Amino acid sequence: MSRPIKVVMAKLGLDIHWRGAVAVSRMLRDEGMEVVYLGNQFPEQIVNAAVQEGADVVGLSTLGGNHNSLGPKVVELLRKKGLEDILVLMGGVIPPEDIPALKEKGIAAVFGPESKIVDIASFIRGKVS
Amino acid sequence: MVALGRALKEVENQTPLGYEIIKHTVTKKGNAHVVGVTGPPGVGKSTLTGKLCRFWADMGLSVGVICVDPTSPFKGGALLGDRIRMQELAKLPNVFIKSLATRGNVGGIAASTGDIVQVMDAFGKDIIIVETVGVGQVEFDVMDVADTVVLVTVPGLGDTIQTLKAGIMEVAAVYVVNQADRPGADESVSDLQMMIEESAASTWKPSVLKTVAIDNDGTEQLLDEVERHKEYLKETCLWVGNRRERNIKQLFKVIQNSFKQQLNEYIETNGELQKLVSQVGEGKLDPHSAAEDIIANLIRKTPLGGN
Ligand code: B12
Ligand SMILES: Nc1nc2c(ncn2[C@@H]2O[C@H](COP(=O)(O)OP(=O)(O)OP(=O)(O)O)[C@@H](O)[C@H]2O)c(=O)[nH]1
Ligand SMILES: [Mg+2]
Repeated sequence: MSRPIKVVMAKLGLDIHWRGAVAVSRMLRDEGMEVVYLGNQFPEQIVNAAVQEGADVVGLSTLGGNHNSLGPKVVELLRKKGLEDILVLMGGVIPPEDIPALKEKGIAAVFGPESKIVDIASFIRGKVS
Repeated sequence: MVALGRALKEVENQTPLGYEIIKHTVTKKGNAHVVGVTGPPGVGKSTLTGKLCRFWADMGLSVGVICVDPTSPFKGGALLGDRIRMQELAKLPNVFIKSLATRGNVGGIAASTGDIVQVMDAFGKDIIIVETVGVGQVEFDVMDVADTVVLVTVPGLGDTIQTLKAGIMEVAAVYVVNQADRPGADESVSDLQMMIEESAASTWKPSVLKTVAIDNDGTEQLLDEVERHKEYLKETCLWVGNRRERNIKQLFKVIQNSFKQQLNEYIETNGELQKLVSQVGEGKLDPHSAAEDIIANLIRKTPLGGN
């Protein structure tokens, strides 16, 4: 794609951990993407922001254990608005046994601690075209 | 909201559909009051924008916000962080926020800003706020999209204001010294007031206000002043006159951008002209003579309507 990929990045719900979300935002910028950083938001507001910003990708960062309850909600709300083409990614501390269910509910991928930015970026580029 | 979101995405990315949208919305614009918020980096533009927006939204108006942040010159990416200062707006259904990266445009806003304003306007926004990137001395393109420009500064930026001076006197309708909780605010206010008096050319006398955006202090006065400027524009017919001028200016900007692009493509793909280019590269021909030859070769007038 010739234009930059647009990513809306949020810390999911009230999760206080910000290092990962900010680090990934910066690194995706350095990969040539445009990253709109929202800070902490709940699914409804994240989806509204994705609509307004014309996002290609929604990134959710969560280390606080709310991934099962809030993550799939984002996908569901996007689908309700007819925006199932937006890629939804999660990252942070998410127990491996929770990942299959998240994927089943439409989370495209989950990136845990120590994830490499090249993997995240190439996953995004592979899906968004 | 979904329809506007989709439309703006096309316009932002300058797709063929985006051009269609611009064509079809051009006659529907002209109602919204477009307010520009500009000033040096980190002075509180986003925080102030959020507060103003909140007032208007609470009055039941439909508000559009366009926040521009710089694209990194190295990798072409951008971190668009203005929304983080406007989190209280996220739950308001009548506020629509669009973040734009400059994508190489100089002048303090993105090249697509004017088009995005137009489409928001056509979609019925009452007020559209445009927050520029943090500006230095020469980035005042916000004038070309906004009816009312608010220039924000902070105490202790006296020197910066001096360097801005040449440009700002013609730009801003309202001056704000934000972060007035910090020392030196009154000095900054009187400095600005002095400069305004020196350049008393227009019938509009800009005021200088003090605000503490984080505490929502002085922001209501700012709102009043912005509204007062709108009344002034309407009473003096500048509301219409300025828009006319802006439309024409936009035309010339589009011509120049599009011309530059087509020109580069033409030269790159034309073998004859490439010969001249490489002669200049090798230092055998001076750039002035080469440019003259190339331009003479280019300008063949075609009648309007045909190409
Ligand atoms: C630092 C830290 C804190 C700091 C946070 C400050 C800050 N700057 O963020 C403080 C002390 C405040 C804190 C508080 C808490 N913490 Co804490 N914290 C950590 C710690 C030690 C490191 C996190 C970190 O910054 N890592 C560095 C960054 C760069 O890594 P990262 O966030 O994982 O990001 C990487 C990937 O996950 C991924 N990624 C992250 N986000 C995204 C998003 C997308 C879209 C993508 C693609 C990728 C991606 O990419 C990054 C780069 O590889 C972890 C332990 C750990 N090993 O993770 C615990 C940890 C996350 N915390 C934990 C807990 C329980 C808490 C508290 C609830 C503790 C308490 N009882 O009060 C509170 C949270 C309160 C709240 N409301 O959220 C648990 C979480 C357990 C769980 N989820 O099952 C952990 C795992 C510790 C543990 N082993 O128990 N914490
Ligand atoms: N002390 C004080 N801090 C303020 C005030 N207004 C904003 N700030 C803080 O100043 C910092 C920058 O505010 P922003 O609103 O992001 O400034 P900005 O001009 O939009 O910044 P850029 O978009 O990066 O140029 C933030 O940490 C704000 O909380 C104020 O009135 N007083
Ligand atoms: Mg800002």
